[in-house]
Amino acid sequence: MSIIQMKNVDLYYDKHHALKNISGEIKERSITALIGPSGCGKSTFLRSLNRMNDMIQGVRIEGEILVADQNIYHADVNVENLRKNIGMVFQQPNPFPKSIYDNVAFGMRIHGMRDRKELDEVVEQSLKAAALWDEVKDILKKPAYGLSGGQQQRLCIARALAVHPQILLMDEPTSALDPISTAKIEELIGELRKQYTIVIVTHNMQQAARISDDTAFFLQGEIIEFDTTEKIFHAPSDQRTEDYIAGRFG
Amino acid sequence: MASIRGVTFLFLKEVGTKMNEVVLKDTRNRSAGNHSQKETPGIVQKKRMNREDLIVKSILFLCAMVSILTTIGIVAVLLVETLSFFKDVSLFSFLTDTKWTPLFKPEHFGILSLLSGSLLITVGASLVALPLGLMAAIYLSEYADDRVRRVIKPILEVLAGIPTIVYGYFALTFVTPLLRVIFPDMGVFNALSASIVVGIMILPMVASLSEDAMVSVPKSLRNGAYALGATRLEVARKVVVPAAFSGIISSFVLAISRAIGETMIVTIAAGATPKLTLNPLESVQTMTAYIVQVSLGDIQHGSIEYKTIFAVGMTLFVLTFLINLIAQWLKRRFKEEY
Repeated sequence: MSIIQMKNVDLYYDKHHALKNISGEIKERSITALIGPSGCGKSTFLRSLNRMNDMIQGVRIEGEILVADQNIYHADVNVENLRKNIGMVFQQPNPFPKSIYDNVAFGMRIHGMRDRKELDEVVEQSLKAAALWDEVKDILKKPAYGLSGGQQQRLCIARALAVHPQILLMDEPTSALDPISTAKIEELIGELRKQYTIVIVTHNMQQAARISDDTAFFLQGEIIEFDTTEKIFHAPSDQRTEDYIAGRFG
Repeated sequence: MASIRGVTFLFLKEVGTKMNEVVLKDTRNRSAGNHSQKETPGIVQKKRMNREDLIVKSILFLCAMVSILTTIGIVAVLLVETLSFFKDVSLFSFLTDTKWTPLFKPEHFGILSLLSGSLLITVGASLVALPLGLMAAIYLSEYADDRVRRVIKPILEVLAGIPTIVYGYFALTFVTPLLRVIFPDMGVFNALSASIVVGIMILPMVASLSEDAMVSVPKSLRNGAYALGATRLEVARKVVVPAAFSGIISSFVLAISRAIGETMIVTIAAGATPKLTLNPLESVQTMTAYIVQVSLGDIQHGSIEYKTIFAVGMTLFVLTFLINLIAQWLKRRFKEEY
C-alpha cells in the first residue's frame, strides 16, 4: 500500500529548477531513505512533502503529491492539519527553549488539548515511544536545553510523535550526533517503523543500507533510481547509482 | 558604587603588575644583552606591544569612565540638594501631602500631585505604545515579507528621530482639537492628548527594538513549530515572543523610562497644574514639566523652591531605577534561552 504518490513534481526556487519531474510511490509503514550528494534536492523534496517549502520565498511547485489519495497542493488543503499528520525531525535538534514537558506538549496544546491528564498521558507515551522516558521522567520540568544532543534529538522525535502523525519526515536526523546517539536513534527508527511511515534523508550510506526498506537516489534534482534498498545497494540498474554507492563521487 | 570602586581597584592593580612586568623584562633584556650578541630578529620577537597595549587600554578605560563619573556626579549633586531639601520639608509630608504649591503661599510639598501627573502620562503612553509596538514588531518579524520590512524599518527609525518639541506641537495643535470633538468639555491642556502623543513617540522604539529581539530568534525554532502544524500567529505567540521576551521587556523598559522622563510634550500639551487626579481629561503637571517651569523662572539659588527641583529630580531617578530593577527581575523570571 502506498501512502504517498508523487506525480511529475517540478520545483523551482525562482529560476533554479531544483526538482525535476519526480515520480514514485512511498509505501505505508516502511522506511524510505533518500540519498545523494549535497545539493541534489533530497532535502528540498522532503520539505515539499509537508509543504515546509511554502515558508521560502520564490518557491514554485508543479505536478501533484498525493498523500492518502489527496493532492496536498490543492487550494483547499489545510496546511496546518497536513503538517500535524506529517511530522518532521530536523538535522539539528531544535527543542524549544521550554521545559521537556512543554516541548512534547507543545503540538497538542496548539491543536487544542487542554486536559492536564490527557496531556500527561500523551507526553509519557510519546517520550516512551522515543525511548527517552526513562532518562527524563524525573526532570520533566527542567529546561530541554540541559539535555545532550542525542537526547534533544529524541525529544524532538517525541515532540513530533505527540500529535499522532502518520508519516514522519527526517532530515539527516543523526548527522549532528555522536555514534552512540546515532545508534540509539537508528534503533528507535526501526522501532517506529511498525506504526509510522518514515522518509529519511541521509548522507550516511551505511545508515541507508542498515535501516531502510526502499531507497531513492537523487542526483541534480532528479530521481535516478528508486527501488528496494536491497536492489539499490547490491544490484543497481543505473551506472551513476553504482558509482555513488561505491563512493566514486559525492 | 562598590562595584565601581572594585573595578577601579582591579584596573589599578592590573596596571601595576603590567608595569612591573615591563620593567622586569627591560632589565632582563639588558642583562641578557651583555652575554649574548645582538637581539635575535625572527620568529620569536620580544613583546614590544606591552606598553602600547597598556596605553590604548588606559585611554579606552578613561572613555568608559567618563559616563560612569558623570553618573556619579549627577547622583551626588542630586543627593546633596535633596538632603538639604529634606532639612526644610519632612519626608512624610513630601510623600503624603496631596497638594504641590511650592511657588506660592501656603506652600505645600506633596509629590503625589506631580507623581500622579507623571503616572497618568506614562500609563496612558504605555497603553498606546506597548501593545501597538509589540504588534507592529510581530508583524514586521513574522508576517511582513522582506520588501515591506526593508521599507518600514527605516521609517520607524526616522520616526524615532523626530524632535520631541515637534511632537509637543503636534499634540497641542492637532491631537487636542481632534479629541475635543469627542470630549467637548475637555480643556486645551489635558493629560490625554499628551499621553497619546508620548505613546506615539515611544512606539517606534518599542517596535524596532522588539523586532530586533524577535528576528534574532533562530529560524530552526520557528520551523520546529511550523512542522507541528502551528499557524503563524501560534508561532509568534508561543515560540517567538517567549524566546525574545527579555529583549521585548528591555524595549518596554526603555520606552517607559523615556515616557516618564519625557519633558517637552507634556510641558506644552498637558498644562501646568499639579493635581492629584487620575482623570486623563484634566490638565496635570508632570515632574519633568515642573522642573522646566521652575528652571525657567527667576528662582533664587539655594531657596526652597530651588531645592524642590532636585527633590523632584531625585524622585524621577528613583522611579526609573525601580522600573529597571523590576525589569531585571522579570527578565530573570521569564527568560527562555536559546
